[in-house]
Amino acid sequence: MILRIDNLVKHYGPVRAVDGLSLEIGQGEVLGLVGESGSGKSTVGKCVLRLTEPTSGGIELDGRDITHLSRRAMRPLRRDVHMVFQDPYSSLNPRFTIGQIVGEPLLRHKVADRRTVSERVSAMLEKVGLRQEMRSRFPHELSGGQRQRVGLARALILEPRLVVADEPVSALDVSVQASVLNLITDLQRDMGFSCLFITHDLSVVEFLADRVAVMYLGKIVESGPTAEIFAEPRHPYTQALLSAAPVADPVQQRERRRIVLGGDVPSPIDPPAGCRFHTRCPLAYDACRTEEPPLHDPRGGGHPAACHLVTADRVPDAAANR
Amino acid sequence: MSLLEISDLTVDFDTEDGLVQAVRDISLTLDEGEILALCGESGCGKSVTAMSVPRLLPPGTTRLSGSVKLDGRELTTLPEPAMRQVRGKDVSVVFQEPMTSLNPSFTVGYQIAEVLRRHERLSRQAAGRRAVELLELVGIPAPQRRMKEYPHQLSGGMRQRVMIAIAVACSPRVLIADEPTTALDVTIQAGVLDVFRDLRDRLGTAIILITHDLGVVADIADRAVVMYAGRAVEQAPVTELFARPRHPYTLGLMNALPSAAVNGRLAEIPGMVPSPLSDPDECAFQARCPRAQADCRLSRPPLERHAPEHLAACFHPGGKS
Repeated sequence: MILRIDNLVKHYGPVRAVDGLSLEIGQGEVLGLVGESGSGKSTVGKCVLRLTEPTSGGIELDGRDITHLSRRAMRPLRRDVHMVFQDPYSSLNPRFTIGQIVGEPLLRHKVADRRTVSERVSAMLEKVGLRQEMRSRFPHELSGGQRQRVGLARALILEPRLVVADEPVSALDVSVQASVLNLITDLQRDMGFSCLFITHDLSVVEFLADRVAVMYLGKIVESGPTAEIFAEPRHPYTQALLSAAPVADPVQQRERRRIVLGGDVPSPIDPPAGCRFHTRCPLAYDACRTEEPPLHDPRGGGHPAACHLVTADRVPDAAANR
Repeated sequence: MSLLEISDLTVDFDTEDGLVQAVRDISLTLDEGEILALCGESGCGKSVTAMSVPRLLPPGTTRLSGSVKLDGRELTTLPEPAMRQVRGKDVSVVFQEPMTSLNPSFTVGYQIAEVLRRHERLSRQAAGRRAVELLELVGIPAPQRRMKEYPHQLSGGMRQRVMIAIAVACSPRVLIADEPTTALDVTIQAGVLDVFRDLRDRLGTAIILITHDLGVVADIADRAVVMYAGRAVEQAPVTELFARPRHPYTLGLMNALPSAAVNGRLAEIPGMVPSPLSDPDECAFQARCPRAQADCRLSRPPLERHAPEHLAACFHPGGKS
């Protein structure tokens, strides 16, 4: 396992952003972490990079517990984990050239001298499909898609074991998004890094993740192999999420069964007792209001769901109860 | 005659880099009770086209030519005081970000009632009663209580419903919604799109929906106009457009969606959008187009009818039926 998160808790004051989350990412595996705004998915990414201090729980990187490492002790490990951000503009230093931005991690970690830095920057730019003359340009001279390529080049130049990508294509137009997604797929195949891919966009996850974990109010409600999650979503929330994302086909879209969730996402300051989803779940019954369902897998297949209604011989159908 | 008729609309902006032609010779119509989607990627001119109707254009606008007729009445030359009456009453707008469009220091009820008192000259009590009805109309639970709340007390989806309530307060003929669900989560988006559908069905409101999301277009629109580099490149009823896209750009957009992946790869559209500063006499998409031939570089293909109600600006259109 490259990454093992065990019962991670991160509270910002009274806000319970992440509230007991466990997940694992294997060597060369892409895990799509999906959730809506406020689900806590970005906080998980920040904890993995130790950009924020976890409240409790454990984070192991490549077998090593990094949960409470000091900044100094963390420094050498930063070679192995890198981040790609959503907004490629605000995450690139506007006063640095592209060459400096991409080469900076090499110098910071003192893994190359000036001359080899130059060679490795050239090689990396080629890998992400940027022409060599981009080296002397500044971020503002680039398009959104080119900036995101720079973000990838910077994140990958140290050949990290794990890349945390937080909505890396959400700000891009669809035609640009397509080329960046193809690029991420190629780079991942060539370089073999593991990836925690955080997004709200289910179609992106279906395209590139090996496994998916769905978050709701600070917890994982369901996880499993991508094809299985999309073919047989077990948790009513996952079912609602999949049914709500419109498909670009008017005939199909207008005939689909949609699960419209009532109400709003409850506040993470005071999450509902029992199952956190019960206030919006069309199938909720008494037990859901008092007993928190464990993330269990009675049907097998490495596809656990946190729902009382998932049993060895039954999967709930949130669309049925109308 | 259509409710709204835009003909040969051209909009120019003066920028530091020179004159930008944001919209070039757009013509379109909108019927009562119709939902028309304007789609395309950033900078294609979809918002500017729609915002030309209520004349809500950025300050650098140097030219607005062509014609915009609402019920036969020309809006482009209407004096500003008369235009103010049109805005809000005949044509209203819902923006993407509901938080920045609502005033944080007034209650929701006050902000809805204010519109009614100004445009409809209702008394305070009558405006308050109508505001409650409007909140009910857009699906806000416990409207009496919500009336007294401030925008920050509402979730994003509820705020967007309040914005819609304000926009439809004076029963506008045309509602312009600029990426109204883009900032919302998908489970919330579905409910807000239902509100638009409901308004159309119950009040006959005509809606121009500006969106980059083809899923949203497929869900709610009756007809769609696809824009590229300031021009309409294709226009068709939605089922026809998705079944038989004629313009290679439309097809490219559909194939670039992650859900359209073939063997783990997405179809890319190579190259970049041409500069909005120049407008050579050629097809603006030819440099990126897999079907481009010599003639595409010699003149600009006009928007032509290829099937009833199906227009495309391409010398080599696909999807012949």
